[in-house]
Formats: sequence, C-alpha cells, structure tokens
Amino acid sequence: MEIPRHWRLKQQRYALVGEVCPHCDAKIFPPRDVCPECGGEAREAYNFSGKGEVYSFTRMGEGPAGFEEQAPYTVALVKLAEGPVVTAQLTDLGDTKVEIGMPVEMVTRRIRQDGDERGMIVYGYKFRPVMQG
Amino acid sequence: MKKNEGHEQTGIKPLIPDRKVGIIGYGAYVPRYRLPGTEVARIWTDGTSGSPVKEKAVAGLDEDVATMSIEAARNALARAGIAANELRAVWVGSESHPYAVKPTGTIVAEAIGAVPSIQAADFQFACKAGTEAIVAAIALVGSNMADYAMGIGMDIAQGRPGDSLEYTASSGGAAYILGPAEKSLAEIEAVYSYVTDTPDFWRRQEQKYPEHGQRFTGEPAYFKHITEAGKALMDALKMKPEDFAYGVFHQPNTKFPQRAGSLLGFKPEQTAVGLLSPVIGNTYAGASIIGLTAILDQAKPGERILLVSYGSGAGSDAFVIKVTEAITERQKLATLTADYIQRRTEIDYATYARYRGKLAMK
Repeated sequence: MEIPRHWRLKQQRYALVGEVCPHCDAKIFPPRDVCPECGGEAREAYNFSGKGEVYSFTRMGEGPAGFEEQAPYTVALVKLAEGPVVTAQLTDLGDTKVEIGMPVEMVTRRIRQDGDERGMIVYGYKFRPVMQG
Repeated sequence: MKKNEGHEQTGIKPLIPDRKVGIIGYGAYVPRYRLPGTEVARIWTDGTSGSPVKEKAVAGLDEDVATMSIEAARNALARAGIAANELRAVWVGSESHPYAVKPTGTIVAEAIGAVPSIQAADFQFACKAGTEAIVAAIALVGSNMADYAMGIGMDIAQGRPGDSLEYTASSGGAAYILGPAEKSLAEIEAVYSYVTDTPDFWRRQEQKYPEHGQRFTGEPAYFKHITEAGKALMDALKMKPEDFAYGVFHQPNTKFPQRAGSLLGFKPEQTAVGLLSPVIGNTYAGASIIGLTAILDQAKPGERILLVSYGSGAGSDAFVIKVTEAITERQKLATLTADYIQRRTEIDYATYARYRGKLAMK
C-alpha cells in the first residue's frame, strides 16, 4: 500500500505541476525545492504546458509488476517545451509510428491500480501525439 | 421573453434563474478507437444483422470517466478563459464512475486545479446525469451563490456482449462551465424537466451489464419524455421549431433522435449537426451534450438551440439556448469535436474485448 505517496505526488502526476526558480527562471520537474541549474531555493509552483517532444523511446514487451496487462506499450523520455526531461508512457498511438523528435502532449490517464482491483486507482501523466498545433 | 408565469393552459413553469446564466466554456472528449457495427454483427450474428450506428467510440486501456472528464474539462477551461480556481463546483454525471464510493468530481477538480474551494459530487441518472449536473450548475450561478460552476456528462457505456446495446454503447462526453450570461458564449434562456418512474433500463448494484425492456424503451420511455419536455418548454416560452437553428436530442442510436426531432416539428437539417451517434455511438450521459458541442463549434451569434436529454428511469431535461457574440472567438480555443471524431483508429472485436475488460485475466 502506497497511498500516502500517491496522495503526496498527485499534483505533479495529474497536471505536471513543477516549480520555477525565482533566481534563474529555470523550470523544474519533478519539483525538488532546490534549483538544479543555480542551486538556489525554488519553491514556487509552475504549471507546465504539457507540450514536448520524444527525446528517446523504447517498446516494453513485458511490463513490470502492476503494468503486465498493459504490455506491449511504449515508454519515452519526453523533453518538455520548458526544458526538463520526463519519463512517461506514450498513449493513444493507434497506428502512429513513434519517432525521435515527434511532438507530443500530456494527458492524464490511469497509470495502474495500487494492488488488485480493490485498490485505489493511480492517475498520472502520459503523452500522446499532438492533436492540434 | 415573459417572466416565469407559466403557460396559461398547462400551467407549466420552466426553470428560469433570477440572475441570467450562460455557457462560458465547453469542451468535448471522444477517445481514439472505433468499433464498427459490422464487427459486432460478425461475432454475434454471423454478419447478418444491421447496426443502428456505423461505428462507436471505444476508450483505451488507460481511460475511464475521470480521465475523459479531465480532458473535456481542460477544453472547457481553455474556451472559458477563466482560472480553474474560479470554479465553485465540479459535478460529474455518469453511469460508469470508476469508483462505487469515492467521487469522480474530486479527481477531476484536483487535476484541473479547481480544489479546494468547490462543491464536488457525482450525479447518476442514466443518460441524463450530465444535463442534471448542468441544471444544478445553472442553479448555483443563477442564485448568485457562485460565479462559475462546471457540469460534466461522460460515460464508458456498458453493453452485454451480444446484446443489441453492444452495437452502440460507447465512450465520450462533454464538460460545460456555467457562469453569468453577460460573459457567456451562449445564454441558457430556460430549462424544463419531465420525470416519471419508468422502468425501461437499469443496472442493479454490483451487476456488470445493464438490463433493458426491449421495445418498451421506445414509446413510453424515450419518445414520451423527450417530446413532453421539449414541447412543454417551447409552449411555455411561446416558441416554435422554426425559432431554432438547431435541435439536439439524446441519441442512443441514429433513428430515435431523428424521429424525436420530427415529432417535435424539427426538420432533418436542424438536427443533422448535433447528431453524432452514427459515428461515435451512444455516449450515454455524454450523448446529447456532446452533440451540443458540435453545434457550438459552428454556431453563429443569435442562433437558438433546443437540447433535450433523456435518461432511463426516466426523465428528460430540455434547454433553450441562445448563442451570443462571444462564440466566434472561443470556438477555436480548444480541440473541435470534429477533430476528435476525425482522429480514429479502427479496432476489431478482440481488441475491443481487451480494451473494455471483457477478457477474464484471472
């Protein structure tokens, strides 16, 4: 049971809420309260746009525990428009061929359930091919 | 328009708030996958039966009413141009809430940034849960208790494998932000609801699939409630079908809403734009209001729309809506319903069975 952790991380997971550094304006994700660019304190919340592009990707033929029923699926490093790189599943690919540099946008989806079908549903960010410019 | 004195013969009083209310923003959501009716026929009737729709929208493995509502809500916020924390309610109507106990509304509100100063709850009234949530939002704004409130109708509809509903039961819906009429893209002029206890369709606790009364779902249920609600509202407002540029009705298939429109005196060209069921299926609590998003996507200032929902059990909510000048600039601020419909990946019955949890994994 990881309920406290899911609850603590909900804002960053549901909506890509990170931080912005008041000293050097770097956008920070995930939030860590200290700017990785200048080392200054950074606690101001920042809503990322959710736009980005595929930096790299791999196809998961067999999912780890909790993800077995979703395989096969694609996991990508997504470089967000504001700079940071996040790891996330790609979704709604249909017959879209994934390529490095492909523009993607964030959607909030079911990530997995905590334990079995009696457990809480964990929601979080995934990325899909952009729908509009 | 005369103030709410009711109709002189029928005595029916439409719901008209003291403070004028309108739609500030709206947003649709349709998932990517489509199951053609021919696929259902192939599996269950050897391909011999026709389908009441061409195809239906199917949610992916990682989607549910919460995730679909979040996307529609984000689209509605983009069109409204307000901050999420200006909302004072997030109400979600559905018959497929992801939890039996734990509100969908809190998940949606958290994801769009509307917490914590809000009302949040889930509505259930079969296919009219969404319009019921919207009526509640109108009341909250119309009574001056809040400036903005969100009502959502969204479903991942269940249909028993092989049942006639399996051709149509689909996924999708829409979100609406209600607010003061002077800031709206469409004013809600009046609402009237017609409700009786009619057992045409239900799903008991802990049952996976709904039951329905076959042909009983037509005349005494769907047609009776939609025509009574629509006619009473038009009568009370002294309006005729010709006063409306568009009509949109609950759409469990293609024929029912066409016939409901004709019974109310609407011509096919008035109802064509809002009729999405042939290409996305029956989105249950989302069905009439996602039809409305397609109309709003192309409506012009001054045009009137009659919307009548229908929920089994049974009841209909009728709305008279008048489009304002603000519509033109807000239509393009979020993904158009036609773009969602155009984004489609056809799947076969086996993929559908997997995506919708019809395979026993343990």
